Amino acid sequence: MLTKEQVLKIAHLARLKLTEAEVEKYQGQLSQILDYVAMLDEVDVSKVEPTAQVTGLTNSMRPDEAKVSFGQSVSIREAAATQKGYFKVKAVL
Amino acid sequence: MDFNVLTIKGASALLKNKQVSSRELTQDAFAAIEKQDGQIHSFLTLEKDVAGKMAEAADARLAAGKGNALTGIPLGVKDCYLVEGFKAFSASKILDNYESQYEGPAIARLRAESPVFLGKTNTDEFTCGASTENSAYGTTHNPWDLDRVPGGSSGGSAAAVAAGLCLAALGTDTGGSIRQPSSLCGTVGLKNTYGRIPRFGVIPMASSLDTIGAITKTVEDMALMLQVMAGPDSRDATTPNAPIPNYSALLGKDIKGLKVGVPKEYFVEGMEAGVEQSVREGIKELEKLGAQIVDISLPYTKYAIPVYYLIVPSEVSSNMARFDAMRYGPRSKDAADVLEFYLENRGMGFGPEMKRRIMIGTHALSSGYYDAYYIKAQKVRTLIRQDFEQAFKNVDVIVTPTSPTTAFKIGAKNDDPLQMYLADIFTVSINLAGVPALNVPCGFSQPADGERELPVGMQIIGPNFSEDRLLQVGHAFEQATEWHQRKAQI
Repeated sequence: MLTKEQVLKIAHLARLKLTEAEVEKYQGQLSQILDYVAMLDEVDVSKVEPTAQVTGLTNSMRPDEAKVSFGQSVSIREAAATQKGYFKVKAVL
Repeated sequence: MDFNVLTIKGASALLKNKQVSSRELTQDAFAAIEKQDGQIHSFLTLEKDVAGKMAEAADARLAAGKGNALTGIPLGVKDCYLVEGFKAFSASKILDNYESQYEGPAIARLRAESPVFLGKTNTDEFTCGASTENSAYGTTHNPWDLDRVPGGSSGGSAAAVAAGLCLAALGTDTGGSIRQPSSLCGTVGLKNTYGRIPRFGVIPMASSLDTIGAITKTVEDMALMLQVMAGPDSRDATTPNAPIPNYSALLGKDIKGLKVGVPKEYFVEGMEAGVEQSVREGIKELEKLGAQIVDISLPYTKYAIPVYYLIVPSEVSSNMARFDAMRYGPRSKDAADVLEFYLENRGMGFGPEMKRRIMIGTHALSSGYYDAYYIKAQKVRTLIRQDFEQAFKNVDVIVTPTSPTTAFKIGAKNDDPLQMYLADIFTVSINLAGVPALNVPCGFSQPADGERELPVGMQIIGPNFSEDRLLQVGHAFEQATEWHQRKAQI
């Protein structure tokens, strides 16, 4: 069972603000899911390679060429706040 | 001509013979939506003006004798696809009011055929779910019984096709999201081989599993849709340059001698009796058509759900990291600093299932847990993939039920995430293996808690890039049965 502190730590890492009620709900639900997936402990994978993709492709390369994309006005069009053609964000430092 | 029973092939013939115009078909579609979608809620946004212009362009093209198979055909588009100028929320509040700035090759290839895009169909938020109940814009109702879910996540598309509101619709399938709603709504749904259709321009969920494709009324129509969308694109590095066959070429060819594997792990305790019966009768039908039925085993099947629910949340948490409310979506005005800004906007914008998956994934990928969870799941994924590779040494296709039950009641699994996850029990292995699988309607079953008969679907699975073979088998089955002709009475 995850502790309340663990849930809060995960939520912080995931950048999700949770209400008190949510913390309690997810503590139970996440624990239940993690208990369930622990079923994999019974599988011996000591000689098995992991699968990251399934069609055998490796390192698909294409020429690194500049191409026309949509312009600045379209790029920032969907942002809730912009300034002088830039995305407006909170001070980072 | 009755719009709600028209197929792409049928409509295309009428259009070419000038018995109907695309403008009329489009009007019929919007009239059907107006009449019925208040109850079904399969569409999230409608694009009447754009659709009208697309229909005009299609009619002009047809008049010039340059129409193709999809010219003038009214289609629904799942909300996670970007269609330039259309809204795209992926049914999430975090993308509320977002309007697509571009579109990818799948939409561009369709557009080159001059079809008509009617609007965007409902889905679980970011395609995470098996019922469409996780949509932030209200659930979709199953046209066969409005108290029940259409399945998910492509529930809006499946319901719209089943109710005859469009001739076909686009979906995505990461763990069953095309096949399971097709099973629950009585439509044809094809999960393509991973990478067969480029995903660029579709809002992602779990990138090593995501596939895109169509939901149609018939197998023939599916061949037409896939023909247009298939093929590599440099903007999706996971699209192999595999040959693109004529997907209609094998339709009508008999299936005598075809080896059909039936895995014992897909007939389990707890599945609906009427589902098992319909699928077993479907298998007998294939035998009557000359197929040879072979009992097989896929021993790692029982680990598919735990593997899936580690890999998916991990990749979901990574993909959802881009939603920071700075470049798109609504944003909170009173956050004190940048950290608070992230916490508030993401806390407000994501619904409960997204929060669960993002947190499970964040945990599974965090330092100290990565090997035990994500890498372990990827290793068991290898064993599941090898199950299929082994099986396909002895059989041509594998046939299973698509879903363990018919459509369940709205709200029945809402508070129990694990029960909802188990709705995908027969579909997730296929995505883990990467192989293609086709759902075709194979009968009806009356669930214990209901009074109506509901559609049952059969899943036909093949090796990588065997879509043409799956369509051949599905078409042979469809020709021999009448299940696909029954229509929902709303």
